[in-house]
Amino acid sequence: MKELKTNTENNIQRRKFIRNILFSATALFFPKFIGAESVGKIKDWVLFGDYNAKDHLWGMGINIDKCIGCGRCVNACKVENNVPKVPYYFRTWVERYRIFKEKETIVDSPNGAINGFKPQPESDGNLIRSFFVPKLCNQCDNPPCVQVCPVGATFRTEDGVVLVDKEYCIGCRYCIQGCPYGARYLDPKTLTAEKCTFCYHRIVEGLSPACVEACPTQARIFGEVKKKASPLMRFMRKHAIGVLKPSLNTEPKVFYANMDMEVR
Amino acid sequence: MEEIVIHLSSIVKEVTGYIYPNEIELHWGLLVVIYPYITGLVAGAFILASLVKIFNVKELQPTYRISMLTALAFLFVAPLPLLAHLGHPEKSFEIFLTPNSSSAMAMFGFVYAWYLMAVLLLEIWFDYRKDLIIWASKEKGIRKWIHKIISVFSKDISESALKFDKKSIKVVTIIGIPSAFLLHGYVGFIFGSIKANPWWSSVLMPIVFLFSAIVSGIALVLLIYMVITPLRKKEIDMKCLDKLASYLFYVMIIDFSLEILDFIHRSYEAEESIKIIAELVSGKLFVSLIVIQLLIGIIIPLGSIAAIKFFKIPAELRKSMYFVAALLVQVGIFTTRWNVVVGGQLFSKSFRGLTAYKMTFFGLEGLLVSIGLLLLPLLFLYLLFKILPPWEESRAT
Repeated sequence: MKELKTNTENNIQRRKFIRNILFSATALFFPKFIGAESVGKIKDWVLFGDYNAKDHLWGMGINIDKCIGCGRCVNACKVENNVPKVPYYFRTWVERYRIFKEKETIVDSPNGAINGFKPQPESDGNLIRSFFVPKLCNQCDNPPCVQVCPVGATFRTEDGVVLVDKEYCIGCRYCIQGCPYGARYLDPKTLTAEKCTFCYHRIVEGLSPACVEACPTQARIFGEVKKKASPLMRFMRKHAIGVLKPSLNTEPKVFYANMDMEVR
Repeated sequence: MEEIVIHLSSIVKEVTGYIYPNEIELHWGLLVVIYPYITGLVAGAFILASLVKIFNVKELQPTYRISMLTALAFLFVAPLPLLAHLGHPEKSFEIFLTPNSSSAMAMFGFVYAWYLMAVLLLEIWFDYRKDLIIWASKEKGIRKWIHKIISVFSKDISESALKFDKKSIKVVTIIGIPSAFLLHGYVGFIFGSIKANPWWSSVLMPIVFLFSAIVSGIALVLLIYMVITPLRKKEIDMKCLDKLASYLFYVMIIDFSLEILDFIHRSYEAEESIKIIAELVSGKLFVSLIVIQLLIGIIIPLGSIAAIKFFKIPAELRKSMYFVAALLVQVGIFTTRWNVVVGGQLFSKSFRGLTAYKMTFFGLEGLLVSIGLLLLPLLFLYLLFKILPPWEESRAT
């Protein structure tokens, strides 16, 4: 799988390179013939090929009732995106909430739940309910991390995904401080900020993110936020939807169905 | 990578409650504590110097040049802790080339450059210009050339030129005061504008930073004056010292009131984060916040200066009381920075748990480098004192 990935990466680079040369050469010879609008169009085609970012707006729905806390998504994410295997770096993780009648709610996520959870025998019998909540970058429409980045290394793409340019990132970690969801970390190898990209390299190829692919219960629904026919929109019509920390006005694009008030 | 993993696994044992898995690593450590501390000293020392020029406080004349040079020496060092803490310091110039206009941090370079070039260097140059020319005319060898170069080979010491110098200093000072406010207020904004962090997110943050900066700046100049004068075998000017301490006292009262206001506001509003913040303040931050910052850093110095104001205390005792008070204030302000920067990262943004900060000794983020960074401005200051003697008797007449 890894080999395959590098191969396609090379192909994309080569294709992009040739297109770029063609584009710049054309622009050089016919600067006056191309209007600003068509330049924009050509640029999109050069950068994305058949994929046009303007036509999409991505989001994710999470059906809390369906999540069984197996942690396959966490594992898939780490493998797909080369996230360090040690337990301090996660692009996605799963939390377990246990809500009791008489004591405080207990939340845990051992090693991000990459190996699932050990069953906890409930001894004193006052457990009201228990559920799992997958977490990841909320791909905010109003992202505080993008606002604070001093060099503009992290940005929001036209299709609504927040990405980090690691060639540009200076490793100041202001974005990590600015993220209310703890979704960012500093990659110990590159010393630059990293986060969930919705598997951007996959979605531009028409595939879904690795975590969505790996989920055995379809607790994660990936899709378009603004197209009526998309599975995500259908999901959002059918359930009561909540987002994390709405008071911060970050406008998340990760939507949780049937979310408990304890989740934050 | 191995190193950081070992470091992080030692912290895991100290985590209480639930924190997001990415939060075990505390990102802004000792170096980022030193950064606002040093910048605060710069702004504070400059504002003190401005008092002499703008409000014509004659008593403070002996400390005017000392505070200017202190501000300059610390300003040289101010960007170093930030630079050392970056993952990629070699790319730091991108902040100047492609700054993100919505980022408070991106403005650092510009505020810094403005303050260094347009304010401090200009004011010092205008103030020393006459002396530099006269010194250079009397000296020989390398000192002559150093002074000539610093004076940018200007020669005019006619009446009208000196008048122009004086006028220019006034103008620069008038621009300089808001600039100093900007420099440190903006450092407060870096923290105060992070809505994700309830410990930081506060409108008061820039103002609290500013007043604590003035407190630390006055206390530092007082300390430097009290150390350097006996070293030069000169008498300490008690009038000057009393005035300095008096200013320190008043600004500390404002600073203290602001901090109390912040505290009351937080506990009265009692937002979602109040439980975890209460746990933090009564637990992991108790010693550094309540004992050191509040008691040792504010209440004891305030009390001792107040005692001096109310009772007639002989000069010798007064001197040592001022000295101890100013020293405690420095400790207090450093801890203030610590409590803001490190304290703000000790609790999880899930508001369900606390993590820990473990200082290392070696390495860029370690204690050794930090001590070096705190001593470096003193070395610069020594050199500046050698090149541009700030003493009253060195003034050329």
